Amino acid sequence: MLAIFKRETIAYFTSPIGYVFVAVCMMSSGLFFYLSALGVGSTDLTGVFQFMYFVLMIFVPVLTMRLMSEEKRQKADQLLLTAPVSLIGLVTGKFLSAYAVFLLGVCILPVYGIVLSFFVSISWMTLWGNFVGLLLLGGVYVALGLFVSSLTENQMIAAVGSIFLNLVIFLMNMLAAVIPVRIISNTLRNISIFDRYADFTIGIFVVANVLFFITVIAIFLFLTVRVLERRRWA
Amino acid sequence: MIEVQNLSKNYGSNKAVDNISFRAEEGEILGFLGPNGAGKSTTMNILTGYISSTAGKAMIDGIDVLDDPIAAKRRIGYLPEYPPLYTDMTVNSYLKFVYELKKCKLPRNSHLNEICDLVKISDVGRRTIRNLSKGYRQRVGLAQALVGNPGTLILDEPTVGLDPKQIIEIRSLIKKLGKNHTVILSSHILPEIQAVCDRIVVINKGKIVANEKAGVLAAGLSENLSLKVRVEGSEAEVKKLLGGIHGVKNIMSLREAEAGVFEFEIEPKKGEDVRREIFKNLSSRNYPLLMMKSNELTLEEVFLKLITGDIYGNVKNEES
Repeated sequence: MLAIFKRETIAYFTSPIGYVFVAVCMMSSGLFFYLSALGVGSTDLTGVFQFMYFVLMIFVPVLTMRLMSEEKRQKADQLLLTAPVSLIGLVTGKFLSAYAVFLLGVCILPVYGIVLSFFVSISWMTLWGNFVGLLLLGGVYVALGLFVSSLTENQMIAAVGSIFLNLVIFLMNMLAAVIPVRIISNTLRNISIFDRYADFTIGIFVVANVLFFITVIAIFLFLTVRVLERRRWA
Repeated sequence: MIEVQNLSKNYGSNKAVDNISFRAEEGEILGFLGPNGAGKSTTMNILTGYISSTAGKAMIDGIDVLDDPIAAKRRIGYLPEYPPLYTDMTVNSYLKFVYELKKCKLPRNSHLNEICDLVKISDVGRRTIRNLSKGYRQRVGLAQALVGNPGTLILDEPTVGLDPKQIIEIRSLIKKLGKNHTVILSSHILPEIQAVCDRIVVINKGKIVANEKAGVLAAGLSENLSLKVRVEGSEAEVKKLLGGIHGVKNIMSLREAEAGVFEFEIEPKKGEDVRREIFKNLSSRNYPLLMMKSNELTLEEVFLKLITGDIYGNVKNEES
């Protein structure tokens, strides 16, 4: 697992993808921080965190698109799948490498709070609650992207597929609002990632939400393992 | 030691591997010979745990690949048909990655250097794999299989893409490795298998058609080969003369190779060596013999011979 984590993380920075992702995260959050807080004299960072929801929705798939698909295309997966490593270790290693790059991209966000704290006193708990929410959300995006990447040999399909799925997940609570059947709309609302993330951004910290995000991550990692397993039995 | 028992693999209704059994002892080089699509790679992929089997058992040193895949995989070095390389890495960093991936305990730098020297890639260590030629990639793939010094090596067409000099080097390397490893090597080139292997398993359409010691199989295949001769002189007369020789079963004229020089194919009767008689007969009538060679069996003929018992599939019917 450690070997795979190391290899993948280094690979992000031998190609431009890692740099581009980190740069996009920092630039877009910085720009929005200026527009919504510094520029207009507000201390509320909720807007920045909500905006990151959309940035990550589009750019995390770029990070995860080649994780499994490229290997399959190049037949390098034969090395991993015939090496004495468990599939869980393999998938976890890959997940953590993409997650590490994601962390590098978003680690700038608490800094905005520090910048603000020079001028006014800010609510640190809200800021950290927001940040934890963002870390969990990133985990969901990475796990989902990894799963979609394991389904195809084509990076572009993996990227577009995960962006599309992210969009569907985002629209879930809107969908819930228009579906008249109560059971379905309630279910959709309960599994809506955006609603739960929004709780974090307005400073509501619910343990159930944390557990929900961790469960979703675990489910997608599990599904990825199953996809690899299934390939053996095909 | 590798042991395969009644192994089958179905893809839908297509039987890629159909109930095959064989074993390779410690220190034996087993050659896996078959045309494209015979099931060589499928069998190797099952042995290495990359894909599953539909039925049957595959065991490495007595460990079932399905029961304890990690222990079995630890004992195998595998070079697949396409070397599994990360083209964005340098050779050195790739081999270090493989070293860590296999959780190898040997001293890292000396072990990797030794392997690089063995397969002669020390001079490209710092280069990115993307920029290497096919021959070098193949050798990096072989190096990857050797990392961790596994007792069993499974090599799927290891000499594909190499130039003739490299082929000879790799063959002698495999021979050397075969002394203290169990090696399975596949190829669709008969002379290659004959040159390297102790035991030959011939596989066709997923079934084993022969499983013999290399010498036994070679002798069986080379007996009763047809001869190709070129003679200067009248086609009809030469044909009649050669056809009349005792021991010749059949003669066919093939073509006019040069002006006035005709080529014939002579099929001797079983166990007869007619080469001397051909020479004597032709020289006594003053027909210059310009060429005589025995036909090497092509792979197709080998299969035909192994399946029907004769390279001329129709002969059986004539005799019965």
